[in-house]
Amino acid sequence: MRSLRTATPTLLSLAAAFAFGIVLLLLAGAPPFEALWLLVEGSFGSASKISATLLAWSPLLLASAGLVITFAAGLWNIGVEGQIIVGAIAATWVARSLPGPLWVILPATIVAGAIGGLLWALIVGVLKTYGGVHEIFGGLGLDFVAAGLAVYLVLGPWQRTGVASTSGTDIFREEAWMPELEALGTGWPVVPVVLGLASVFIVWLLLRGTRFGLRLKAVGRNPQSSFLLGIPTNSYMLGAFAIGGALAGIAGTVQATGFHHKLVPAVSGGYGFLGILVVLLASFSAAWIAPIALFFVAISVGSTQLDLRLGLDSAFGGVLQGVIVLFVMIGGAWSARRVSASPTAAGEP
Amino acid sequence: MEATLNSIIAAAAPLVIATMGETITEKSGVVNLSLEGSLRLSAMTGFVVAFWVGHALVGFAAAAVIGALIAAIIASTSIKLKLNQIAVGFVLTLLAADLASFLGDSFVGERGPRVPALPIPVLSDIPFVGKVLFDHDLVVYGSFLAIGVTWWVFYRTRAGLNLQGVGERPEGAFARGVKVNTLRFWYTVLGGAMVGIAGAAYSLDVKLGWRETLTLNLGWIALAIVIFGGWHPLRVAFGAYLFGALQVLAFQLQDVFPGLAQVLPVAPFPLMILALVFVYSSGFRKFGDQFPRLRGLLGGAAPAAMGTVFERE
Amino acid sequence: MALEIRDIHKHFGPVRANDGVTFVVAEGSLHGILGENGAGKSTLMKVLSGFYEADSGAVVLDGESLDLRSPADAVAAGIGMLHQDPLVFLPFTVLDNFVLGSPGPDRLDRSSARADLERVSGELGFSFDPGRLVRDLTVGERQQLEITRLMWLGARVLIFDEPTTGISATQRAQLFSTLRSLAEDGLIVLFVSHKLEEVEELCDSVTVIREGRLVFEASMPVSPDVLVEEMFGKVFAEENREPVPLGAPVLQLSDVTVEEGTTRIENLDLSCAAGEVVGLAGLEGSGQRTLLRACAGLLSPDSGTLSVDGRNLSKASYRDHLSVGVHYLPAGRLEEGLVEGISIAEHLVLTSDDTSFFIDRDAADEAAEGEIEDYSIKGRPSSPAEALSGGNQQRLLLAMIPDDVRLLLLEHPTRGLDVGSAAYVWQRLLDRRVSGTAIVFASADLDELLRYSDRVVVFFAGEVFAVRSASETDGEELGYLIGGKERE
Repeated sequence: MRSLRTATPTLLSLAAAFAFGIVLLLLAGAPPFEALWLLVEGSFGSASKISATLLAWSPLLLASAGLVITFAAGLWNIGVEGQIIVGAIAATWVARSLPGPLWVILPATIVAGAIGGLLWALIVGVLKTYGGVHEIFGGLGLDFVAAGLAVYLVLGPWQRTGVASTSGTDIFREEAWMPELEALGTGWPVVPVVLGLASVFIVWLLLRGTRFGLRLKAVGRNPQSSFLLGIPTNSYMLGAFAIGGALAGIAGTVQATGFHHKLVPAVSGGYGFLGILVVLLASFSAAWIAPIALFFVAISVGSTQLDLRLGLDSAFGGVLQGVIVLFVMIGGAWSARRVSASPTAAGEP
Repeated sequence: MEATLNSIIAAAAPLVIATMGETITEKSGVVNLSLEGSLRLSAMTGFVVAFWVGHALVGFAAAAVIGALIAAIIASTSIKLKLNQIAVGFVLTLLAADLASFLGDSFVGERGPRVPALPIPVLSDIPFVGKVLFDHDLVVYGSFLAIGVTWWVFYRTRAGLNLQGVGERPEGAFARGVKVNTLRFWYTVLGGAMVGIAGAAYSLDVKLGWRETLTLNLGWIALAIVIFGGWHPLRVAFGAYLFGALQVLAFQLQDVFPGLAQVLPVAPFPLMILALVFVYSSGFRKFGDQFPRLRGLLGGAAPAAMGTVFERE
Repeated sequence: MALEIRDIHKHFGPVRANDGVTFVVAEGSLHGILGENGAGKSTLMKVLSGFYEADSGAVVLDGESLDLRSPADAVAAGIGMLHQDPLVFLPFTVLDNFVLGSPGPDRLDRSSARADLERVSGELGFSFDPGRLVRDLTVGERQQLEITRLMWLGARVLIFDEPTTGISATQRAQLFSTLRSLAEDGLIVLFVSHKLEEVEELCDSVTVIREGRLVFEASMPVSPDVLVEEMFGKVFAEENREPVPLGAPVLQLSDVTVEEGTTRIENLDLSCAAGEVVGLAGLEGSGQRTLLRACAGLLSPDSGTLSVDGRNLSKASYRDHLSVGVHYLPAGRLEEGLVEGISIAEHLVLTSDDTSFFIDRDAADEAAEGEIEDYSIKGRPSSPAEALSGGNQQRLLLAMIPDDVRLLLLEHPTRGLDVGSAAYVWQRLLDRRVSGTAIVFASADLDELLRYSDRVVVFFAGEVFAVRSASETDGEELGYLIGGKERE
């Protein structure tokens, strides 16, 4: 009964969000139900499409998992985009310079991505804890710097053979590609999916089952009480940035070595900010990250079909995602307010 | 030199209007984080409406409505539903940006009406100053007006004092009979409308036409400039012009360093954030303390109740 | 002219903060309103000043029933309130604070406002630099500014809520003479306090509120014995405590000076031996909290030495204090003790000695069940802290105190607990004395201070006003001492 009551506002909000999407499609002169079907078809319609969806799911899982950790510590890690980019840059550096077979390069690129993202996130953390710069602006600034760095590398030191182009660096040699499993006539992104799901599982376990996770949650919810309980609050915030950054950095590795097979300026794919939406919709809990991220990434991947088939801009996917999160947040707060305004709830003196 | 200063002032005009709007909003205690999306959606709307109607002014009005609507969502969900302003603002950032891309897709590449140049007679003939300040169009004069009126209202009117009181200590303002949440709502809406006008200025004045990347990152920069400006209209305006100068400089340096042609246009963004980190540093605070008369200008503390919900006990 | 308060009721959920309060104050009166913390004085004053709307009842001024829905209504009707922490705007100038919220034309005419400020403040005997920031004024000056402002707005009734907290003796004297002259001019001054001495010195008439009801009213002078009894009820101290032989001193303060906000403790000497219980009495803000926070390592003494078990901790951090067995339990349970959204079991895990990486949930729940039963907490291991009642939150906090504590620092340890569980909690605390724990606690409950302390240290205005052995004093004497008076 209780779960039904709490689920109702969410379901109503979802319905309202889709209704909004349908109205929008009508406005754009598109057949709404065909368009919505294309979202499904475009993301799950064939083995190769499912494979593409899973490949996009992985970095979103990694970024979202990292964001669950930083949100748990009460931090707005807007710098996640930059952390993905720096992770991708670090992985690219390894992929370009480290000789050797796949089993050497694969772990090396993953570790490099993690370290890159971790260090980039720690800058934000240090600016926040010791410099008094709010993490939103420290993070944004470092997002800009990371994006600039990627452009500079792609056009400068790592430019494509021949003429420099914003289309990216040279393709990595194949030993540096994340291996795929051939089945059903297409390649399957096993390594990225395992990394993504493992990160969600680890974060879930950290927050649910460990002393570290519990302390982190305490710091995020009430730094004052936590300090009095003897928890070193600054160290825990920095720890949250480190973990969140490392996971975002691995997402960067996946983007560089698993998807593009090169470094491109927009290597983050926007999965950092999309991850923030996923975590907001999941109410900051790791348990719901995987299905919500799959839902969102299906919308993103499927919406590219709108462009190809109906000539609509693929940003429709982003609109739908944003409206869903906004409506669910409002619906949740609305029903919470009605509960607290009901006469059975006791007031506070 | 004249031409450079003239182009800095013209380039910064929309940013000045947007940052004045956000300054008003934040001074009342609300954070409208959605600027990156608001600018883009209002730039698109302003362009499309002006394109249909054939009149730039109508485009500006439509853009103002869009900016105001987004701001109204943030203000009302905060006041009525106690939702986190940052969370709602962030979602609206992405939502509005994608909505702009989706709805504006078929208008990319079109040319719309433009704001006519309007050199002010007599004044524009003054040597140097005339060329720098008075050889512009209505948007630029509007940006001057925005600075002047914001400053005047903040520091010379009762309404402005009440506005600052609401953002500083809502209980205190409430005790003095000020309607805290009503003011917060309407100042947020006003600030949002100004952001909308700024958006339209990008698509109808700075550039003639709309594309996705037109206002890229400028919303984030506007937010940073408000903090850099310490919520003081004049210092905020200085920040906006500083950024405009960096942009013009970067553009001109492209000829000097062709190898960095792709990097230079993005360089002002991290530089601006670095400037923000600098004004946050304790050294700058100490510098400000040495000039007590300029404390309002150099001190720059955030409105104490910014981002919080006021509830009558 | 007279102010009539007729049958005011104000409930917050099940709490009856005002339960039918009726009284009349005549023109030109300085009327004291006495009551202990939580008696309902503040609620009544907030109703009068329009902050709260009463559930029922009426406020009548000059025979006219007032419709008080907001502070603006109250100000318009001529009722002004000075809050304990004056509601001023720190980064604004004196002049801007003066005019903020006042009616008038849109354009601010600062020069005429400045003239008004100088005129009204001159009449009251105050002087301000209009361009100064209020941040740089003392609390006393901020009050003077608020009085000036309210008088300028035409106040006929002025409410002062604990106005002497945080101001110096000279400022207090000046405030009192201002209040007297205001009353002489025909104003009604309501003086809310729990300081007997001040009410005696200042007021013409007095009302005592206890548990939301008016229990006593009279013209002054009234014997302080009567006021003490009316404020606190009859205090019976019982000797139900096994004496424990005292050990070596655990906490030693010598010549300690420490400052926090407006409270300053100077040159304090105090010690607490193993097995001893020291109670800190005094009005809120008199220095007890500052002392406890200094002992906990949250404030660093400006001078003097603070040692625990002979170790000098004067410059040590909070975590250092924790590691040598100092445990501090502040009064704000959900603000500085518990964490919202974290369950009972998780709180106990946070404070347990176990350092294993993974949490054994079953064991944690089992341990929590044990503590829940032990401390009769109404809740389940999975109940989040904010779902517990205030009393149950306190029990959880007590359950979180580690076993091997050397020095326990408690702020209002049984506030909000019923008599039975308060006694039980104290039994648990007193049991710790056997293993040599020293206990220092602050309380507003005289009964609790007398019943559980070995010694009672009474604070008044940041100083140790008196030290009494609990067995040699009584509630009446403590009531006097807390009000800053020796019993005659």
